[in-house]
Amino acid sequence: MLAQQLLNGLIQGATYALFALGFTLMFGVLRVVNLTYGFYVSAGAFAAWALTTRLGLGLWAALPLAAVATGLAASGLDWLLLTRLRRARAPELASLMVTLGAVLALYAGATAWLGSDIRRLPPALSAGGAFVVAGLRITSAQVAIMAVTAVLVGCLWALLRATRLGLAIRAMAEQPEAAALMGIDTGRLALLVSFISGTLAGAAGVLIGFAFNAIQPYMGEAMMLRGFVVVLVGGLGDIGGAVLAGLALGVVEALTAGYVSSDAKEAAGFALMVLVLWTRPTGLFGRATVRRA
Amino acid sequence: MFDDVLFTYGTLIDSVGINALLALSMYVVLAAGLLSLGQAAFMGLGAYSSALMSLQLGWPFWLVLPASCAAPVAFALLVGGPTLRLSGVYLAIATIGLGEVLRAVWINLDITGGAMGLSGIPEAAGPGLIYGLLAAALFVLWRIGRSSIGRAMEALRGDEVAAQVIGVDIARTRLAVLCASAALAGLAGCLDAHSTSFIGPAQYGFEPAVTILSFALLGGIATPFGPVLGATILTLLPELLRGVADLRMVVNGLIIVASVLFLPSGLLPWARRRA
Repeated sequence: MLAQQLLNGLIQGATYALFALGFTLMFGVLRVVNLTYGFYVSAGAFAAWALTTRLGLGLWAALPLAAVATGLAASGLDWLLLTRLRRARAPELASLMVTLGAVLALYAGATAWLGSDIRRLPPALSAGGAFVVAGLRITSAQVAIMAVTAVLVGCLWALLRATRLGLAIRAMAEQPEAAALMGIDTGRLALLVSFISGTLAGAAGVLIGFAFNAIQPYMGEAMMLRGFVVVLVGGLGDIGGAVLAGLALGVVEALTAGYVSSDAKEAAGFALMVLVLWTRPTGLFGRATVRRA
Repeated sequence: MFDDVLFTYGTLIDSVGINALLALSMYVVLAAGLLSLGQAAFMGLGAYSSALMSLQLGWPFWLVLPASCAAPVAFALLVGGPTLRLSGVYLAIATIGLGEVLRAVWINLDITGGAMGLSGIPEAAGPGLIYGLLAAALFVLWRIGRSSIGRAMEALRGDEVAAQVIGVDIARTRLAVLCASAALAGLAGCLDAHSTSFIGPAQYGFEPAVTILSFALLGGIATPFGPVLGATILTLLPELLRGVADLRMVVNGLIIVASVLFLPSGLLPWARRRA
């Protein structure tokens, strides 16, 4: 029983980690707490829903298409909302407030347009089987989540550590002005980072929609609140920390739901975050450089 | 004639005043350079504690009203020490977190009525009381803004390090600011509970917290009058847009975007004049 809950928690945590990666990347490189980020989960899930129900695509075709479409939307929104502030070197709080306003408008607009009904992926996709390994039950959706998360985390790591582009991104995170002087087009790189982040959030949205088979406009909001927990516990801007903290949050939620009450699981995550902030404001793993406003 | 107006628009008139008080509670923290998104949580503490004092203990309203400030202020003192060491985005996110923890408490406790909330709270707060308190709060904040405390807050908003160098006690000023803000929000929560006679956990979540922020941003925080103006506009606007009720939050959101991008100091920047 405990082992099953730990497993479910870890897999749930993998989606949190995937989601939080893009958020922490955005903060680490662009120094923006982009609150529109949660909306990309809803956008990715809806794109996948439209692609599978309207065009009849399979999940594995819809997943990359929906993720890339979300990434493009994220890039566009970043350009629309943040270039002006970036040029004016506005403080972090200004960008936080702009994206706060934008995300309210986006959720309300999406609800007005699409309605708040829960939508479901075609039954052929959601009726995955389940395996029993060493007494533990794993559904095929859970296997897909683990595989996709592992691949995307691996890709991101390779991109950042083994390519010139990754070097440029890391340079921009370290010293944006010096990076610009070295010939890096920071404006274009910012849009590219937004695209990568949006793609990760979109992929997480598709996977979450697939795992719970419930898609509605506000699904990103609950994720955004969890994203805060993950990136602050892991350390803002810390990629490895986000993965570990995401998995940890999944486990904490699963154990709270299993042994206390399922209504208390979100509060348990937030209580964890507040405790970490009070005791170790740079995150549990403490390697992140502190950048405070 | 006047009675008719009061009957038709009574709730709206009350909520303009209550939202103006909330905007002032946001103003107090923003004026000291803190972005706390805990105003809705403080409001919820005031609303729930006052409703329970009225419903469970049967206290008279003149006793409930001042006591309703106690719970949020106590909470602010409790969490203020460690929380206020955080700054910028860390503080904003930590206060969202505290708000969510409190919301889970309201939903999970039996005495607070769970997800159903509490109803049948005596309607003891009328427009006279609400606007009297609003005027008093405005006057006090306006006076404080022009005193040495106000200048200390402004210095903190401008540059923390410089403020410390010229002798501003950062920790004490911030804690005082947070307590004042909590008291105002608690008061607004109590007035709201005792004018609409119903409260529920959804009223104190993330969205209301953001709405309160938008009041202050739209009006500008150069003087306490800005946030009150912002609250008035953003409370009345949805009534004018009643036909497009679904788009109310879209409009609110776009106002926040536009006001940060195009009006960085709010609608009332010209009021910033100082001898």
